[in-house]
Amino acid sequence: MLELHQVHKTYTTPQGALKVLDDVSLRLAPGQSLALMGESGSGKSTLLHLAAGLDLPDQGSINLSGQNVATLAEPARAKLRREQLGLVFQQFHLVPSLRVIDNLRLQARLASRDDTEWTAYLIARLGLEGLEKRYPEQLSGGQQQRLAIGRALAPRPSLLLADEPTGNLDETTAGEVLELLLSLVHETQCALLVVTHSPKVAAPLDRCLRLRHGKLINTAI
Amino acid sequence: MRRIGDAPVVRRLLIGAALVLSALFLLLPLVAIFAQAFSEGVMVFWANVSNTFTLHAIGLTLMIALLTIPVCLVFGVALAWLVTRFSFPGRRILQTLIDIPFAVSPVVAGLIYLLLYGRNGWIGTWLDGYDIQLMFSWPGILMVTIFVTCPFVARELIPLMQAQGSREEEAAVTLGASGWTTFRRVTLPNIRWALLYGVILTNARAVGEFGAVSVVSGAIRGKTNTLPLHLEQLYQDYNAVGAFACAALLAFIALLTLSAKAGLEWRAARREAFA
Repeated sequence: MLELHQVHKTYTTPQGALKVLDDVSLRLAPGQSLALMGESGSGKSTLLHLAAGLDLPDQGSINLSGQNVATLAEPARAKLRREQLGLVFQQFHLVPSLRVIDNLRLQARLASRDDTEWTAYLIARLGLEGLEKRYPEQLSGGQQQRLAIGRALAPRPSLLLADEPTGNLDETTAGEVLELLLSLVHETQCALLVVTHSPKVAAPLDRCLRLRHGKLINTAI
Repeated sequence: MRRIGDAPVVRRLLIGAALVLSALFLLLPLVAIFAQAFSEGVMVFWANVSNTFTLHAIGLTLMIALLTIPVCLVFGVALAWLVTRFSFPGRRILQTLIDIPFAVSPVVAGLIYLLLYGRNGWIGTWLDGYDIQLMFSWPGILMVTIFVTCPFVARELIPLMQAQGSREEEAAVTLGASGWTTFRRVTLPNIRWALLYGVILTNARAVGEFGAVSVVSGAIRGKTNTLPLHLEQLYQDYNAVGAFACAALLAFIALLTLSAKAGLEWRAARREAFA
C-alpha cells in the first residue's frame, strides 16, 4: 500500500540546512492503521506531505499503490492524490464558497467517482443530514471536520492521511470525530496514517511509530 | 457624542450642496450632450451617426475594445496570480510597475510607442525591413490602448486575491486538482465579480481613450479614426451637431457601462446578503 524506503528530506533555511527526515523507512499494509507521533518539528507533517506527493524527498523512494511518488511529475501525483488518497487536516481545508454537499462531492467529482448513493450514506453517517445546503462557515468545528473526513472518503481512496485530525476540536467533539473516522475507515477498508501529538488518538490504531529529530526511534504496538 | 452632520440643518446643507454640485458638474453636461446632439432633430442626428466616416469610427472603436479586453483579461489574471500567489525577488517592484500606465500621461505613452515602433523608431526601423508598419494603423492603436488599459483588471484582482489568500487553492491541490482545475473551479468563481468589474473599466477606457491614440493613429478619416478622434475632428470642422452626436454615442456607451457596473455591484451585494 504505502512504503517509504530510506527517505531523506532537508530544507534550506536562512540559518542553514535543516534536516527534517533522516533515513526514514516504514510500511503500511492495505487496511492497516498507523499513528505517527513526535514533538513539533520532528518531521511528522513533512513525512505526511511526502506520502501525499505534496512535496518530494531528496533521497529515497515512496511507493504508493505500486507507483514511486518521488519520480512522478506533478500532474501524475495530482492524479494519484485524487484517486488513491484522502487527506484530512487540522484546519479542515474546506472550500468556503461551496455548500456542504458540493464540498463533500468535490474530490469524488475530480476523480470521476461521484456516487449519489455513497454520498447520501456518508451524509447520514456524518450526521450532516439537513445541512447539505449550508456553507462551511455555518457549521460547528466538529461538523466541519466530519465534512472534511467525508470529502476525503467520498472517492473511496485506498489510503487516508490525517494530520492532527482532532487538533482543532474540544475533547468531547474530538472523541466523537475520531470514533467516526475509525468506524468509516474500517467500513471502507482503507489504510490510515494519522499524524498526532495525542496518545488518545494513537491508542486505537494498529501500530504507533515515533519520530525524533527526523528519525524513527521506536516502534510500539 | 454629536457629530458635525448630526444637526438637521447641516445635514440638509451638505446633501443640498452635493446634489447641486452633482447636477452642475455631472448631470448637466450629460443632458447638454444629448440636447445638442438632437438640437436639429432626430433625422439630422441619424444622418450624422450613419455617416460613412462615423460608422467606420464606431467599428474601429468597437474592434479595438473587443481586442483589448481579452489581452488585458489574460494579462491581468496572470499578473494578479503571480503577485498574490508567489513570493519572488522583485515582487514589490512589479506591483509598482503595474501602475505605470496610470502614472504616465496617455500622450506621453503614445509618443513612447511612436519613438519605439515608428518608421524611424528603434524597433520600427527593424520592422520596416519586413514591410511591417505598426504606427498610423490599427495595430498601433491597439498597442497603446492595451498599454493604457492593462492595469485595470490586475488592480481589481490583486487586493481581492490578497484578502482571500490561497487556502482554498491549497485545499484543491490536496484533493488532487490539477492547476487548471484549481483555477477553473476554485479561483475563478471567487474572483469572477472583480474580473467582470475590471473588464467593464477596461472597456470604458478602451472606448474613450483619446490622448495615446491621437498620437499613434494619424487620425485618418475612414482609416484610423476612432470615435473620440472623429468627434474632435467634427468639432474642429464646426460641425457641432455631428460632434455632439458622436459624443452622445460615447455617453450612451458610458451609461451602459455604468449600468452594467451598478448591476454587478447589486448582484454581488445580494449574493453577500444571502451567503
